[in-house]
Amino acid sequence: MQTKDLVIIGGGPAGMAAAVSAYGKGIRDLLIIERDESLGGILQQCIHNGFGLHMFKEELTGPEYAWRYEKMILDLGIPFKLNSMVVDISKDKVITYVNEEEGEVKIKAKAIILAMGCRERSRGALNIPGTRPAGIYTAGTAQKFINMMGLMVGRQVVILGSGDIGLIMARRMTLEGASVKAVCEIMPYSSGLARNIVQCLDDFNIPLKLGHTVTKIHGKDRLEGVTISKVDENRRPIPGTEEYIECDTLLLSVGLIPENELTKGMGIELDGSTKGAVVDQNRETSLEGVFSCGNVLHVHDLVDYVSEEAYIAGEAAARYIKGERVKNKNISVTASDNVSYVVPQRISSDNEKVKIYFRTKNELDNVQIIVSDCEKVVCKAKRRKTKPGEMEYVTMAEDVLKNIKGNEISLKVIGE
Amino acid sequence: MVYDVAIIGAGVTGAMTARELSRYELSVCVIEKESDVAMGASKANSGIVHAGFDAKSGTLKARFNVEGSLMMEKITKELGVKYKRNGSMVLAFREEERDVLLELYERGIRNGVGGLEIINGERIRELEENVSDKALYALHAKTGAIVCPYELTIAAMGHAMDNGVELFLESRVLDISCDNGAFEVETTKGTIKARYIINAAGLYADKISRMVGDDSFEITPRKGEYLLLDKELCGLVGHTIFKVPTKMGKGVLVSPTVDGNILLGPTSEDVYDKEDTQTTRVGIEKIINSAAECVKNIPFGSVITSFTGLRATTKNGDFLITAPKPNFLNLAGIDSPGLTAAPAIAVHVSNMLKDMGLELVEKKDYTSTRKIYQVEKSRYNKMVCRCEKVSEGKIIEAIHTNPKAITVDAIKRRTRSGMGRCQGGFCMPSVVSILARELGIDVCEVRKSGGDSRIVVGKKE
Repeated sequence: MQTKDLVIIGGGPAGMAAAVSAYGKGIRDLLIIERDESLGGILQQCIHNGFGLHMFKEELTGPEYAWRYEKMILDLGIPFKLNSMVVDISKDKVITYVNEEEGEVKIKAKAIILAMGCRERSRGALNIPGTRPAGIYTAGTAQKFINMMGLMVGRQVVILGSGDIGLIMARRMTLEGASVKAVCEIMPYSSGLARNIVQCLDDFNIPLKLGHTVTKIHGKDRLEGVTISKVDENRRPIPGTEEYIECDTLLLSVGLIPENELTKGMGIELDGSTKGAVVDQNRETSLEGVFSCGNVLHVHDLVDYVSEEAYIAGEAAARYIKGERVKNKNISVTASDNVSYVVPQRISSDNEKVKIYFRTKNELDNVQIIVSDCEKVVCKAKRRKTKPGEMEYVTMAEDVLKNIKGNEISLKVIGE
Repeated sequence: MVYDVAIIGAGVTGAMTARELSRYELSVCVIEKESDVAMGASKANSGIVHAGFDAKSGTLKARFNVEGSLMMEKITKELGVKYKRNGSMVLAFREEERDVLLELYERGIRNGVGGLEIINGERIRELEENVSDKALYALHAKTGAIVCPYELTIAAMGHAMDNGVELFLESRVLDISCDNGAFEVETTKGTIKARYIINAAGLYADKISRMVGDDSFEITPRKGEYLLLDKELCGLVGHTIFKVPTKMGKGVLVSPTVDGNILLGPTSEDVYDKEDTQTTRVGIEKIINSAAECVKNIPFGSVITSFTGLRATTKNGDFLITAPKPNFLNLAGIDSPGLTAAPAIAVHVSNMLKDMGLELVEKKDYTSTRKIYQVEKSRYNKMVCRCEKVSEGKIIEAIHTNPKAITVDAIKRRTRSGMGRCQGGFCMPSVVSILARELGIDVCEVRKSGGDSRIVVGKKE
């Protein structure tokens, strides 16, 4: 059986950045395995701009951002396999992948970085009543048809969910000549970035219907229309508020789910809130030498943060391979009031500093972020405003970490 | 040409009958209004091979259920489709329901069903840890089994076609006339002549029978909605779990599928519209409440899709197998346990045709297994659907193997591509491209299902 020091599963933004960072720390015997026909992952179909503001201090399109990393991979000579699907990873780190040229191949790795990204929630998961005609697509599928294959999925469009891909697709469909009749969002707020609401909806006079959902699908062969309804505070449709909208296309942007089937297969501990692995500050999972980063770990709103996280995982994997691993993960981090999740979920007190990423459950103003151990508040920060759609973080300095009492800290948020 | 036999309807009954008749030196065709086989109740039912204790003794349902149940394992092996004898349980939640179980038990014995026993709560939970603590007793039927109903129908029709049966898709029957001892079946795609007609038109069997002057029965659609759960819940239950039946049917069941998902449903509601395959909020809620009574800890957040089937029911509740005119056979009202009964009905039909004077001579060149289209080996290593791990090879195979897939949904039913947790979000664009390439059509012509169900509406300007 072939062996490798490091195998990276997925050649999207997380996988590429992780590879570059591990290489930078001296790892030469590594391999990226990518199922698509090119590196770059989902960025390849994100032809709009707005990527790279943090990482490169300029506004790039998705393919441009991907190319920055692809070029590093090519220049460094980091090997990768395309059109290759990983079908299994065993607990003792044997990776099985298949492709057309080689058939089934097994590789034993010293360390693995999981960077498989996420998938979109489908209609089925929403249980929208009605028929099952053509014309209902997840926003990402429609994006692939339009941006990668040059094919129009429809002319009259309703979008359910105001996640970023939904907002981006509202603008894209409009630019391609379709009429976007409404974007419905079941929550009282959008889960997308504020800038996307302005640039993709407001600038094109596309109505954003907050507190609305699609309650029925109409049409036998091709979609003919949808019924939308207002929802109450429990997200239940309110009878009598139904409105019929004629359309041939319904795009769904109703959430992303980290793709952790391989992770589950390895018996790695998962977090019910993030749907990703439970990791420490090095992004190491509960299985020694297996790391996780990017959207497979938790869904990010900016690719820049994905790359940043991948650097952490890549460097840590390099240290692990060289036997310099920090074994002590003595403190668990939990999400408390108003916080939906935290990453990492475990940290070590002997660290330089640690950034704890989190999302709030609601939109809040004049926000205080409070981290406490069993006795006292250990760290505080302030924000003017927080939104569930925008990831936040709080940095814990070395001396703060050293002074933590007990083996658990909790992160809560207070606001108006 | 004049066919010896024309079968109207390519559901499981029509397909099994076609397969049975393909053993003989006969020219047989199957006429189907949809773009694929198994498009009615055969694609949207529980997929249960019923043991046979439910149908009243002496009925056609009882007879063909028990016979079909005994034939099913062998047939699925011949056709290369999945079959699992997982056993079933009918749960009683109150002391008085124990009498119903006893009645079912005795009826089962009368119907000739083996492997029945009544078990208590303790034994139930030994066998199924997730069954509700409130279940007091159960009728345990060891011969209960599961199959995938459309996989079975597709394979049966494919095998029939491999042995010479012709399939006419998207051909709706408009009228039937009789001329010089042969029937003329007028369809939306032309006229087909045949000496014998078998009406296996499911929900529309009454309409077809009326075309030859028989208005003796009516078919009422009985709507059944279902929820399908993610494969990660595989193992939630091993047996097919029923509650004691009511006069509207066997109620909402919780069952594994042969593909490893968990199926919940069906509801049971008589409707008027024969095309009303909509799922409803009320129906979905009913399934959730009812399933939760039988099985604990069902994570309803793991639903990956919902669907509706319309079962063809007659007033008296039994299968209606009649010959209202010479050389014209009705196979009507084939609702549950129709899937189980189909192979036995098919044998019965060939005997009836023989009695009507059709000569049945066994074919010398009959092939006993399906002919699968050969695809370059390397194509099987190119994955298209990641959730269900379906290769391009499997998809090409489905497009060129009888009965050939011509739509995205037809590929989904044959390969499971798009049937997993992402429901085609990832693989659909690739499937569309492969279909266009293999069929030699423009991508804009590729359809999801029948009619004008095009996936994309045009090229970008």
